[in-house]
Amino acid sequence: MKQFEIILLCCLMVCAVSVAFARDLLTSIIIFMSYSLIMCVIWILLQSPDLAITEAAVGAGVTSILFFVTLKKIKAIRKEDQDEQKER
Amino acid sequence: MSRRKDNYENSRWLKFKRWVDGETDTLTAERMESAAPEEKIGSVEFRKEAAEAGGKETTEENTDSKAVEMPAVSLSEKRPGDFEPAFRGGRGIRMYNRFYQIMSILLCLSIIFVLLWTIAYLPIFGNAGNPDNNEVSARYIEQGLKETGAVNIVTGMILDYRAFDTFGESCVLFIASCCVLVLLRIDSGSQDERTKKRLEEANDRLFEPKNDIILQKCACVLVPVILVFGIYIVLNGHLSPGGGFSGGAVLGSGLILYLNAFGFEKTEKLFHERIYRRITVCALTFYCLAKSYSFFTGANHLESGIPLGTPGAILSSGLILPLNICVGLVVACTMYAFYTLFRKGGM
Repeated sequence: MKQFEIILLCCLMVCAVSVAFARDLLTSIIIFMSYSLIMCVIWILLQSPDLAITEAAVGAGVTSILFFVTLKKIKAIRKEDQDEQKER
Repeated sequence: MSRRKDNYENSRWLKFKRWVDGETDTLTAERMESAAPEEKIGSVEFRKEAAEAGGKETTEENTDSKAVEMPAVSLSEKRPGDFEPAFRGGRGIRMYNRFYQIMSILLCLSIIFVLLWTIAYLPIFGNAGNPDNNEVSARYIEQGLKETGAVNIVTGMILDYRAFDTFGESCVLFIASCCVLVLLRIDSGSQDERTKKRLEEANDRLFEPKNDIILQKCACVLVPVILVFGIYIVLNGHLSPGGGFSGGAVLGSGLILYLNAFGFEKTEKLFHERIYRRITVCALTFYCLAKSYSFFTGANHLESGIPLGTPGAILSSGLILPLNICVGLVVACTMYAFYTLFRKGGM
Protein backbone atom coordinates (compact mmCIF):
# COMPACT_ATOMS: atom_id res chain seq x y z
CA MET A 1 0.00 0.00 0.00
CA LYS A 2 2.92 2.28 0.75
CA GLN A 3 4.27 1.89 -2.78
CA PHE A 4 0.86 2.59 -4.25
CA GLU A 5 0.67 5.81 -2.26
CA ILE A 6 4.11 6.87 -3.42
CA ILE A 7 3.20 6.14 -7.05
CA LEU A 8 0.03 8.19 -6.67
CA LEU A 9 1.88 11.10 -5.10
CA CYS A 10 4.42 11.03 -7.94
CA CYS A 11 1.58 11.09 -10.47
CA LEU A 12 0.09 14.01 -8.57
CA MET A 13 3.34 15.94 -8.85
CA VAL A 14 3.69 15.15 -12.53
CA CYS A 15 0.13 16.32 -13.14
CA ALA A 16 0.63 19.50 -11.13
CA VAL A 17 3.76 20.42 -13.04
CA SER A 18 2.38 19.54 -16.45
CA VAL A 19 -0.76 21.63 -15.89
CA ALA A 20 1.51 24.63 -15.71
CA PHE A 21 3.58 23.62 -18.72
CA ALA A 22 0.83 22.49 -21.08
CA ARG A 23 0.63 24.68 -24.17
CA ASP A 24 -3.03 24.07 -24.85
CA LEU A 25 -5.61 25.24 -22.35
CA LEU A 26 -7.83 22.26 -23.13
CA THR A 27 -4.98 19.89 -22.36
CA SER A 28 -4.23 21.55 -19.08
CA ILE A 29 -7.87 21.28 -18.00
CA ILE A 30 -7.92 17.58 -18.82
CA ILE A 31 -4.71 17.12 -16.83
CA PHE A 32 -6.34 19.05 -14.01
CA MET A 33 -9.24 16.60 -14.16
CA SER A 34 -6.88 13.66 -13.80
CA TYR A 35 -5.19 15.49 -10.93
CA SER A 36 -8.57 15.61 -9.19
CA LEU A 37 -9.14 11.92 -9.77
CA ILE A 38 -5.74 10.99 -8.33
CA MET A 39 -6.45 13.27 -5.39
CA CYS A 40 -9.76 11.45 -4.92
CA VAL A 41 -7.99 8.09 -4.63
CA ILE A 42 -5.53 9.62 -2.20
CA TRP A 43 -8.37 10.88 -0.02
CA ILE A 44 -9.72 7.33 0.14
CA LEU A 45 -6.28 6.05 1.14
CA LEU A 46 -6.18 8.73 3.84
CA GLN A 47 -9.50 7.32 5.07
CA SER A 48 -11.74 10.25 4.34
CA PRO A 49 -14.33 8.96 1.87
CA ASP A 50 -16.49 12.03 2.44
CA LEU A 51 -13.89 14.23 0.87
CA ALA A 52 -13.25 11.69 -1.87
CA ILE A 53 -16.85 11.83 -3.06
CA THR A 54 -16.83 15.62 -3.02
CA GLU A 55 -13.51 15.77 -4.85
CA ALA A 56 -14.74 13.40 -7.56
CA ALA A 57 -18.01 15.28 -8.03
CA VAL A 58 -16.79 18.86 -7.74
CA GLY A 59 -13.12 18.74 -8.68
CA ALA A 60 -13.28 16.30 -11.57
CA GLY A 61 -16.85 16.92 -12.60
CA VAL A 62 -18.41 20.32 -12.20
CA THR A 63 -15.28 22.48 -12.14
CA SER A 64 -13.90 20.95 -15.32
CA ILE A 65 -17.25 21.31 -17.06
CA LEU A 66 -17.39 24.98 -16.12
CA PHE A 67 -13.82 25.39 -17.41
CA PHE A 68 -14.78 23.75 -20.68
CA VAL A 69 -17.79 26.00 -21.09
CA THR A 70 -15.67 29.05 -20.37
CA LEU A 71 -13.09 27.97 -22.94
CA LYS A 72 -15.88 27.53 -25.45
CA LYS A 73 -17.22 30.97 -24.67
CA ILE A 74 -13.89 32.68 -25.13
CA LYS A 75 -13.36 30.54 -28.24
CA ALA A 76 -10.19 28.94 -27.01
CA ILE A 77 -11.21 25.52 -28.24
CA ARG A 78 -10.41 25.25 -31.92
CA LYS A 79 -13.04 23.65 -34.04
CA GLU A 80 -11.46 20.68 -35.77
CA ASP A 81 -14.33 19.52 -37.89
CA GLN A 82 -17.04 21.61 -39.42
CA ASP A 83 -19.81 19.08 -38.84
CA GLU A 84 -20.73 20.81 -35.65
CA GLN A 85 -21.72 23.94 -37.46
CA LYS A 86 -24.07 22.32 -39.94
CA GLU A 87 -26.95 21.06 -37.89
CA ARG A 88 -28.79 23.91 -36.45
CA MET B 1 -14.36 64.28 -25.07
CA SER B 2 -11.96 66.29 -27.16
CA ARG B 3 -9.35 66.24 -24.48
CA ARG B 4 -9.61 62.56 -24.20
CA LYS B 5 -9.11 62.18 -27.90
CA ASP B 6 -5.86 64.13 -27.82
CA ASN B 7 -4.25 61.73 -25.45
CA TYR B 8 -5.98 58.66 -26.65
CA GLU B 9 -2.91 57.15 -28.23
CA ASN B 10 -1.06 57.15 -24.95
CA SER B 11 -3.94 56.53 -22.62
CA ARG B 12 -3.91 53.61 -20.28
CA TRP B 13 -7.29 52.59 -21.57
CA LEU B 14 -5.96 52.02 -25.07
CA LYS B 15 -3.07 50.08 -23.72
CA PHE B 16 -5.41 47.96 -21.69
CA LYS B 17 -7.70 47.45 -24.66
CA ARG B 18 -4.87 46.41 -26.90
CA TRP B 19 -3.62 44.06 -24.27
CA VAL B 20 -7.07 42.50 -23.97
CA ASP B 21 -7.31 42.16 -27.72
CA GLY B 22 -4.03 40.32 -27.68
CA GLU B 23 -2.26 42.78 -29.91
CA THR B 24 0.58 43.29 -27.55
CA ASP B 25 2.24 41.47 -24.80
CA THR B 26 2.38 43.36 -21.53
CA LEU B 27 5.53 41.58 -20.67
CA THR B 28 7.20 42.89 -23.79
CA ALA B 29 5.85 46.33 -23.10
CA GLU B 30 7.17 46.19 -19.59
CA ARG B 31 10.54 45.03 -20.75
CA MET B 32 10.76 47.80 -23.25
CA GLU B 33 9.71 50.32 -20.70
CA SER B 34 12.21 49.34 -18.12
CA ALA B 35 15.02 48.83 -20.57
CA ALA B 36 14.53 52.07 -22.42
CA PRO B 37 12.34 54.37 -20.39
CA GLU B 38 12.68 57.27 -22.78
CA GLU B 39 10.74 55.40 -25.38
CA LYS B 40 7.01 55.59 -25.37
CA ILE B 41 5.16 52.43 -24.71
CA GLY B 42 2.99 53.30 -27.61
CA SER B 43 5.72 52.32 -30.00
CA VAL B 44 5.61 48.77 -28.79
CA GLU B 45 1.92 48.63 -28.91
CA PHE B 46 1.67 49.68 -32.49
CA ARG B 47 3.75 46.82 -33.67
CA LYS B 48 0.95 45.12 -35.50
CA GLU B 49 -0.41 48.14 -37.31
CA ALA B 50 3.02 49.27 -38.29
CA ALA B 51 3.86 45.90 -39.74
CA GLU B 52 0.74 45.99 -41.81
CA ALA B 53 1.09 49.60 -42.87
CA GLY B 54 4.56 49.68 -44.29
CA GLY B 55 5.83 46.35 -45.38
CA LYS B 56 8.59 47.72 -47.52
CA GLU B 57 9.59 50.50 -45.23
CA THR B 58 10.14 48.01 -42.52
CA THR B 59 13.00 46.36 -44.28
CA GLU B 60 14.64 49.64 -45.00
CA GLU B 61 14.37 50.83 -41.49
CA ASN B 62 15.55 47.53 -40.22
CA THR B 63 18.96 48.05 -41.57
CA ASP B 64 19.05 51.65 -40.50
CA SER B 65 19.06 51.71 -36.76
CA LYS B 66 19.09 55.47 -36.81
CA ALA B 67 15.39 55.32 -37.49
CA VAL B 68 15.05 55.04 -33.79
CA GLU B 69 16.52 58.39 -33.07
CA MET B 70 14.52 59.98 -35.82
CA PRO B 71 11.63 61.88 -34.28
CA ALA B 72 8.55 60.01 -35.25
CA VAL B 73 5.91 61.89 -37.14
CA SER B 74 3.25 59.68 -35.75
CA LEU B 75 3.41 56.84 -33.39
CA SER B 76 2.44 54.30 -35.96
CA GLU B 77 5.60 54.96 -37.92
CA LYS B 78 7.81 53.93 -35.10
CA ARG B 79 9.23 50.52 -35.35
CA PRO B 80 8.63 48.21 -32.45
CA GLY B 81 11.36 46.21 -30.90
CA ASP B 82 10.34 42.66 -30.70
CA PHE B 83 10.77 41.29 -34.19
CA GLU B 84 13.69 43.40 -35.23
CA PRO B 85 17.03 42.58 -33.71
CA ALA B 86 18.54 45.83 -34.89
CA PHE B 87 16.00 47.87 -33.04
CA ARG B 88 16.09 45.70 -30.04
CA GLY B 89 18.21 48.10 -28.15
CA GLY B 90 20.99 45.58 -28.09
CA ARG B 91 22.48 44.42 -24.86
CA GLY B 92 20.32 46.26 -22.37
CA ILE B 93 17.13 44.50 -23.15
CA ARG B 94 18.80 41.17 -23.62
CA MET B 95 20.45 41.48 -20.25
CA TYR B 96 17.18 42.52 -18.75
CA ASN B 97 15.51 39.45 -20.26
CA ARG B 98 18.19 37.20 -18.86
CA PHE B 99 17.95 38.94 -15.49
CA TYR B 100 14.19 38.50 -15.53
CA GLN B 101 14.45 34.79 -16.24
CA ILE B 102 17.08 34.20 -13.59
CA MET B 103 15.16 36.17 -11.01
CA SER B 104 11.94 34.30 -11.71
CA ILE B 105 13.67 30.95 -11.35
CA LEU B 106 15.34 32.11 -8.14
CA LEU B 107 12.04 33.36 -6.73
CA CYS B 108 10.35 30.08 -7.57
CA LEU B 109 13.13 28.05 -5.97
CA SER B 110 13.15 30.18 -2.84
CA ILE B 111 9.39 29.80 -2.42
CA ILE B 112 9.73 26.03 -2.84
CA PHE B 113 12.54 26.03 -0.27
CA VAL B 114 10.56 28.05 2.27
CA LEU B 115 7.49 25.86 1.89
CA LEU B 116 9.48 22.65 2.24
CA TRP B 117 11.29 24.07 5.23
CA THR B 118 7.97 24.86 6.88
CA ILE B 119 6.69 21.37 6.16
CA ALA B 120 9.71 19.90 7.92
CA TYR B 121 8.51 21.52 11.14
CA LEU B 122 4.97 20.17 10.91
CA PRO B 123 4.07 17.40 13.35
CA ILE B 124 4.07 13.88 11.96
CA PHE B 125 0.82 12.77 10.36
CA GLY B 126 -1.25 10.62 12.71
CA ASN B 127 1.02 11.11 15.69
CA ALA B 128 -0.78 10.80 19.03
CA GLY B 129 0.96 13.81 20.51
CA ASN B 130 -0.17 16.23 17.80
CA PRO B 131 -1.80 19.48 18.92
CA ASP B 132 -5.00 18.64 17.05
CA ASN B 133 -5.49 15.63 19.29
CA ASN B 134 -7.11 17.62 22.06
CA GLU B 135 -10.27 17.48 24.15
CA VAL B 136 -12.50 18.74 21.32
CA SER B 137 -11.82 15.83 19.02
CA ALA B 138 -11.88 13.45 21.97
CA ARG B 139 -15.32 14.71 22.85
CA TYR B 140 -16.51 14.38 19.26
CA ILE B 141 -15.28 10.81 19.05
CA GLU B 142 -16.53 9.70 22.45
CA GLN B 143 -19.80 11.56 22.79
CA GLY B 144 -20.62 12.19 19.13
CA LEU B 145 -22.82 9.18 18.59
CA LYS B 146 -24.75 9.76 21.80
CA GLU B 147 -25.23 13.49 21.34
CA THR B 148 -25.97 13.71 17.62
CA GLY B 149 -27.23 10.23 16.84
CA ALA B 150 -25.27 10.13 13.59
CA VAL B 151 -23.23 7.03 12.82
CA ASN B 152 -21.09 8.97 10.34
CA ILE B 153 -19.19 11.19 12.71
CA VAL B 154 -18.18 13.67 10.03
CA THR B 155 -21.78 14.54 9.26
CA GLY B 156 -22.51 14.65 12.96
CA MET B 157 -19.78 17.23 13.28
CA ILE B 158 -20.58 19.46 10.33
CA LEU B 159 -24.36 19.41 10.68
CA ASP B 160 -24.74 19.32 14.44
CA TYR B 161 -21.77 20.68 16.35
CA ARG B 162 -20.76 23.02 13.56
CA ALA B 163 -24.05 23.49 11.78
CA PHE B 164 -23.61 27.23 11.78
CA ASP B 165 -20.49 26.90 9.60
CA THR B 166 -22.40 24.76 7.15
CA PHE B 167 -25.15 27.34 7.03
CA GLY B 168 -22.56 29.94 6.13
CA GLU B 169 -21.22 27.69 3.40
CA SER B 170 -24.67 27.20 1.90
CA CYS B 171 -25.19 30.95 1.96
CA VAL B 172 -21.83 31.45 0.26
CA LEU B 173 -22.94 29.12 -2.53
CA PHE B 174 -26.21 30.98 -2.84
CA ILE B 175 -24.41 34.33 -2.98
CA ALA B 176 -21.99 32.95 -5.56
CA SER B 177 -24.85 31.88 -7.80
CA CYS B 178 -26.44 35.31 -7.31
CA CYS B 179 -23.21 36.97 -8.43
CA VAL B 180 -22.99 34.75 -11.50
CA LEU B 181 -26.60 35.63 -12.19
CA VAL B 182 -25.85 39.34 -11.96
CA LEU B 183 -22.82 39.02 -14.23
CA LEU B 184 -24.06 36.63 -16.87
CA ARG B 185 -27.83 36.85 -17.02
CA ILE B 186 -29.47 38.18 -20.17
CA ASP B 187 -32.98 39.40 -19.70
CA SER B 188 -35.01 37.20 -21.99
CA GLY B 189 -38.25 38.97 -21.13
CA SER B 190 -37.61 42.09 -23.19
CA GLN B 191 -38.29 41.93 -26.92
CA ASP B 192 -35.46 44.26 -27.80
CA GLU B 193 -33.52 43.49 -30.97
CA ARG B 194 -30.18 43.73 -29.23
CA THR B 195 -31.27 41.44 -26.45
CA LYS B 196 -32.36 38.83 -28.94
CA LYS B 197 -29.02 39.04 -30.67
CA ARG B 198 -27.17 38.66 -27.41
CA LEU B 199 -29.31 35.68 -26.49
CA GLU B 200 -28.57 34.15 -29.86
CA GLU B 201 -24.86 34.67 -29.36
CA ALA B 202 -24.83 33.41 -25.81
CA ASN B 203 -26.75 30.25 -26.51
CA ASP B 204 -23.90 28.30 -28.02
CA ARG B 205 -25.86 25.10 -27.84
CA LEU B 206 -27.38 26.08 -31.17
CA PHE B 207 -24.09 25.31 -32.86
CA GLU B 208 -23.71 21.89 -31.39
CA PRO B 209 -24.73 18.59 -32.88
CA LYS B 210 -28.19 17.95 -31.64
CA ASN B 211 -29.59 14.55 -30.82
CA ASP B 212 -26.15 13.01 -30.61
CA ILE B 213 -27.12 9.36 -30.40
CA ILE B 214 -24.06 8.20 -28.45
CA LEU B 215 -24.43 10.89 -25.84
CA GLN B 216 -28.15 10.26 -25.52
CA LYS B 217 -27.80 6.52 -25.07
CA CYS B 218 -25.02 7.01 -22.51
CA ALA B 219 -27.12 9.58 -20.71
CA CYS B 220 -30.12 7.22 -20.71
CA VAL B 221 -28.05 4.67 -18.85
CA LEU B 222 -26.01 7.00 -16.66
CA VAL B 223 -28.35 9.79 -15.59
CA PRO B 224 -30.78 7.65 -13.54
CA VAL B 225 -27.87 5.91 -11.85
CA ILE B 226 -26.16 9.19 -11.06
CA LEU B 227 -29.34 10.79 -9.75
CA VAL B 228 -30.22 7.79 -7.58
CA PHE B 229 -26.67 7.68 -6.27
CA GLY B 230 -26.83 11.38 -5.45
CA ILE B 231 -30.12 10.95 -3.60
CA TYR B 232 -28.64 7.99 -1.76
CA ILE B 233 -25.62 10.04 -0.69
CA VAL B 234 -27.83 12.87 0.54
CA LEU B 235 -30.28 10.67 2.43
CA ASN B 236 -27.64 8.42 3.93
CA GLY B 237 -25.40 11.27 4.96
CA HIS B 238 -25.68 10.45 8.64
CA LEU B 239 -25.11 6.72 8.12
CA SER B 240 -22.43 6.41 5.46
CA PRO B 241 -19.80 8.66 3.95
CA GLY B 242 -21.24 11.59 2.08
CA GLY B 243 -23.73 14.22 2.98
CA GLY B 244 -25.46 17.22 1.61
CA PHE B 245 -22.60 18.84 -0.23
CA SER B 246 -21.21 15.82 -2.05
CA GLY B 247 -24.64 14.41 -2.81
CA GLY B 248 -25.80 17.75 -4.11
CA ALA B 249 -22.76 18.01 -6.35
CA VAL B 250 -23.45 14.54 -7.76
CA LEU B 251 -27.09 15.47 -8.37
CA GLY B 252 -26.06 18.68 -10.06
CA SER B 253 -23.62 16.92 -12.38
CA GLY B 254 -26.30 14.38 -13.26
CA LEU B 255 -28.63 17.21 -14.22
CA ILE B 256 -25.87 18.81 -16.28
CA LEU B 257 -25.30 15.54 -18.15
CA TYR B 258 -29.02 15.28 -18.86
CA LEU B 259 -29.07 18.86 -20.09
CA ASN B 260 -26.14 18.21 -22.40
CA ALA B 261 -27.76 15.16 -23.90
CA PHE B 262 -31.31 16.34 -24.36
CA GLY B 263 -31.18 20.10 -24.56
CA PHE B 264 -32.70 22.99 -22.69
CA GLU B 265 -36.30 22.39 -23.73
CA LYS B 266 -36.60 19.12 -21.90
CA THR B 267 -34.87 20.24 -18.74
CA GLU B 268 -36.89 23.41 -18.60
CA LYS B 269 -40.01 21.33 -18.21
CA LEU B 270 -38.50 19.89 -15.10
CA PHE B 271 -36.50 22.77 -13.75
CA HIS B 272 -36.52 26.46 -14.45
CA GLU B 273 -35.80 29.72 -12.73
CA ARG B 274 -38.91 29.96 -10.61
CA ILE B 275 -38.39 26.46 -9.24
CA TYR B 276 -34.73 27.24 -8.59
CA ARG B 277 -35.67 30.34 -6.65
CA ARG B 278 -38.30 28.56 -4.60
CA ILE B 279 -36.16 25.56 -3.77
CA THR B 280 -33.15 27.61 -2.74
CA VAL B 281 -35.04 30.10 -0.62
CA CYS B 282 -37.16 27.41 1.06
CA ALA B 283 -34.14 25.25 1.82
CA LEU B 284 -32.09 28.11 3.24
CA THR B 285 -35.02 29.41 5.30
CA PHE B 286 -35.79 25.98 6.68
CA TYR B 287 -32.13 25.45 7.56
CA CYS B 288 -31.97 28.82 9.29
CA LEU B 289 -35.17 28.35 11.29
CA ALA B 290 -34.49 24.75 12.29
CA LYS B 291 -30.97 25.47 13.39
CA SER B 292 -31.98 28.65 15.20
CA TYR B 293 -34.53 26.67 17.14
CA SER B 294 -31.96 24.02 17.94
CA PHE B 295 -29.36 26.58 19.02
CA PHE B 296 -31.89 28.51 21.10
CA THR B 297 -33.04 25.47 23.02
CA GLY B 298 -29.52 24.17 23.35
CA ALA B 299 -28.11 27.41 24.69
CA ASN B 300 -30.91 27.75 27.24
CA HIS B 301 -30.71 24.10 28.29
CA LEU B 302 -34.26 23.40 27.18
CA GLU B 303 -35.65 20.18 25.79
CA SER B 304 -35.67 20.59 22.03
CA GLY B 305 -38.24 17.87 21.53
CA ILE B 306 -36.47 16.49 18.47
CA PRO B 307 -36.08 12.73 18.85
CA LEU B 308 -32.64 11.36 18.05
CA GLY B 309 -33.94 7.90 17.19
CA THR B 310 -31.91 4.73 17.15
CA PRO B 311 -28.47 5.21 15.64
CA GLY B 312 -28.18 3.43 12.30
CA ALA B 313 -31.81 3.80 11.25
CA ILE B 314 -32.56 6.04 8.29
CA LEU B 315 -34.95 8.21 10.33
CA SER B 316 -32.59 9.05 13.12
CA SER B 317 -30.20 11.67 14.41
CA GLY B 318 -32.73 14.46 14.76
CA LEU B 319 -32.26 17.40 12.47
CA ILE B 320 -29.35 16.05 10.47
CA LEU B 321 -31.42 14.33 7.78
CA PRO B 322 -33.59 17.36 6.88
CA LEU B 323 -30.58 19.65 7.03
CA ASN B 324 -28.70 17.30 4.70
CA ILE B 325 -31.58 17.43 2.26
CA CYS B 326 -31.60 21.24 2.42
CA VAL B 327 -27.89 21.52 1.76
CA GLY B 328 -28.10 18.96 -1.03
CA LEU B 329 -30.90 20.86 -2.75
CA VAL B 330 -29.05 24.16 -2.51
CA VAL B 331 -25.84 22.67 -3.88
CA ALA B 332 -27.54 20.81 -6.73
CA CYS B 333 -29.48 23.91 -7.76
CA THR B 334 -26.36 26.04 -7.59
CA MET B 335 -24.30 23.71 -9.75
CA TYR B 336 -27.06 23.49 -12.33
CA ALA B 337 -27.60 27.25 -12.24
CA PHE B 338 -23.89 27.89 -12.79
CA TYR B 339 -23.91 25.69 -15.83
CA THR B 340 -27.04 27.14 -17.43
CA LEU B 341 -25.90 30.69 -16.75
CA PHE B 342 -22.55 29.97 -18.33
CA ARG B 343 -24.16 28.33 -21.31
CA LYS B 344 -26.96 30.64 -22.30
CA GLY B 345 -27.18 33.44 -19.78
CA GLY B 346 -30.42 32.40 -18.16
CA MET B 347 -32.21 29.52 -16.62
